[in-house]
Amino acid sequence: MRHLLSISDLSKSDALQILNTAEELARVSDGPMKKLPTLRGRTIVNLFAEDSTRTRISFEAAAKRLSADVINFSAKGSSVSKGESLKDTAQTLQAMGADAVIIRHSASGAAQRLADSQWMAGSVINAGDGTHEHPSQALLDAFTIRKHLAHGGDDLTGLHIAIVGDVLHSRVARSNVLLLTKLGAKVTLVAPPTLLPVGVESWPASVSFDFDSVIESVDAVMMLRIQLERMTELFFPNAREYSRYFGLNKDRLKQMKPNAIVMHPGPMNRGLEITADSADSARSVILEQVTNGVSVRMAILYLLLAGSQEIGASE
Amino acid sequence: MSSTILISGGTLPDGKKSDLLIKDGVIAEIATAIKAEGAHTIDASKAILLPGLVDLHTHLREPGKEDAETVESGSRAGVKGGFTALSAMANTSPVADTAGVVEQVYRLGQSAGLLDVFPIGAVTRGLEGEHLAEIGAMADSVARVRVFSDDGHCVFDPLVMRRALEYVKKFDGVIAQHAQEPRLTQGSQMNEGIVSSQLGLKGWPAIAEEAIIARDVLLADHVQSRLHICHLTTAGGVEIIRWAKARGIDVTAEVTPHHLLLTDELARSYDPVFKVNPPLRTESDVMALREALADGTIDIVATDHAPHPAETKECEWQEASFGMLGLETALSIVNKTMVETGLMNWSTVAERMSYAPARIGRYSHQGQELAVGAPAHIAVMDPTQLFRVDRDLVASRSRNTPFHGMELPGRILATIFAGRVVFEGSHA
Repeated sequence: MRHLLSISDLSKSDALQILNTAEELARVSDGPMKKLPTLRGRTIVNLFAEDSTRTRISFEAAAKRLSADVINFSAKGSSVSKGESLKDTAQTLQAMGADAVIIRHSASGAAQRLADSQWMAGSVINAGDGTHEHPSQALLDAFTIRKHLAHGGDDLTGLHIAIVGDVLHSRVARSNVLLLTKLGAKVTLVAPPTLLPVGVESWPASVSFDFDSVIESVDAVMMLRIQLERMTELFFPNAREYSRYFGLNKDRLKQMKPNAIVMHPGPMNRGLEITADSADSARSVILEQVTNGVSVRMAILYLLLAGSQEIGASE
Repeated sequence: MSSTILISGGTLPDGKKSDLLIKDGVIAEIATAIKAEGAHTIDASKAILLPGLVDLHTHLREPGKEDAETVESGSRAGVKGGFTALSAMANTSPVADTAGVVEQVYRLGQSAGLLDVFPIGAVTRGLEGEHLAEIGAMADSVARVRVFSDDGHCVFDPLVMRRALEYVKKFDGVIAQHAQEPRLTQGSQMNEGIVSSQLGLKGWPAIAEEAIIARDVLLADHVQSRLHICHLTTAGGVEIIRWAKARGIDVTAEVTPHHLLLTDELARSYDPVFKVNPPLRTESDVMALREALADGTIDIVATDHAPHPAETKECEWQEASFGMLGLETALSIVNKTMVETGLMNWSTVAERMSYAPARIGRYSHQGQELAVGAPAHIAVMDPTQLFRVDRDLVASRSRNTPFHGMELPGRILATIFAGRVVFEGSHA
């Protein structure tokens, strides 16, 4: 594996290897010496052509704990926002000797374009491309679910997970549907019909417009961020009505199975897709997702970059 | 280049083998074993002879985007593909919405001198869809414009469309509609369906094409005018055209070579060389289009040749321009998708790629049968010779061909325009 672009490129055993590696690395992070020397001398670029503080910081922490040199290339003031092409940016990073580029971009497919082009030679890690995929988020979600609900099992067989909200525009949903089902879980998408893509019937997930009929049977609910501008684009009449049908609140929380968990990729719109008491409830693993994100991203960087170093070391 | 040309041993569209002698710009003799001392001889023993191809939909980019194509470079690409007439779309800069611009394009075509360039006039001023362009002035200009189109934009306002359809009747004109409901396709990137749902690219639903076609055939019927539908891409659109023709509505339709061969699966690469408007559709649409072209529901093949400079394709999909090159590969793709599949014979190819487009455009000296006395516009193609498309070897100024690396059947050996050899390929 040279790049991480889409969950569809991973086999089940690839995915499990990432999760297992993350588990080992998490143990290190819990110890007194948080830092490993594994990627010393490697340069990793965080190319963030779209604002996302939390994902950038998470990748940065992961890279630094593996002793890599991290360069942040953020949207504000970067050449990407000044109209420089992705090609020129990539070639510049190549000329600077980047071993890996972690890219967040508003265009679907931007990471794959970077990887497939001859513009740069390093590894490409997709940190969210438009409305396409966000593979590291799905991996950290699967990691979190496994930790809580798999009862020592390797995969997610037998679990039922609801992904709720703006599926149409969600890269988190696309990656999670692919990964969770690959790992044996059953996935139900819950959304207003307007926020499901035409073609969703080809996805390995079932669809429901009725949150209440689904919530009793699931082991985890994954709430998606809903952007308020969707209202003006006619996807739903107003915030109140959206919350009533698709928001997670105290009443719905009560209907959940005893051990079922509440997840959210963040940032949350408290009061819109999730009430404050749901977000802060005992079922919520939202902050744990953030913590696990660092371990999972360490595992991704380790598996993509440390392997090639070993090959180089054998000469 | 001698003024007497002998094409020896070629097969005419009807399947008869014959020699063909060209003198003074016209076909002088069609017979077996013609002797012509000193004539420029083209060995066509393995080749099909077709009337010079006529493209009703070409973007030549001049004036305004000469880095992508010029009338001259587009003409060279055209003759390399067997064309002897192109129709220059109006979306140039400035827009071809006045007699001045269409005359400029017409003269550029004449001075290139490789084939006929017929300018298409805009329907509305600046392609903005609000006020009629100078339709009469363009029709009466030396360019004698008969085809009017806002291609790239849909004439969306139903009243504007109605008036345009009515007004061009005075000039025996036709409105060539780019059928795309704008509200349903805001920000659209590719065909809406299974692939777009997985790629997270905004969908361009088939219904956005079909809704406009349905409206416009009804309008054309109501005002008894002539309508042409550009680049039909959907099985549903085919059904509407079939229905309209059965009702006797005066509508014609075109399909592009790329929509006869490629599908939206190619978007999975996120390579914008496959980004085009209207978008590549599904396998079942492709099959419906082929069937409709074979049975005459679709009247013509038109290239929608759309050159773009490299920087507008070497980028993210959503930032990239829509459009593909088409002139140099059109006949080979029709050979591959329609002839080799047994759907069409060569006389039908001549109808769909020469006679019918010339009829629709009222191009009186083009699209004539290969007969003694007819103007010598001829494409000579060896349908069995395979060639690999190489974007670095195209005659066009741009290299955005989606067929790069594909092996296609059928090589143009020579193109003759008005009795002159305007293209002659290397014999293999």
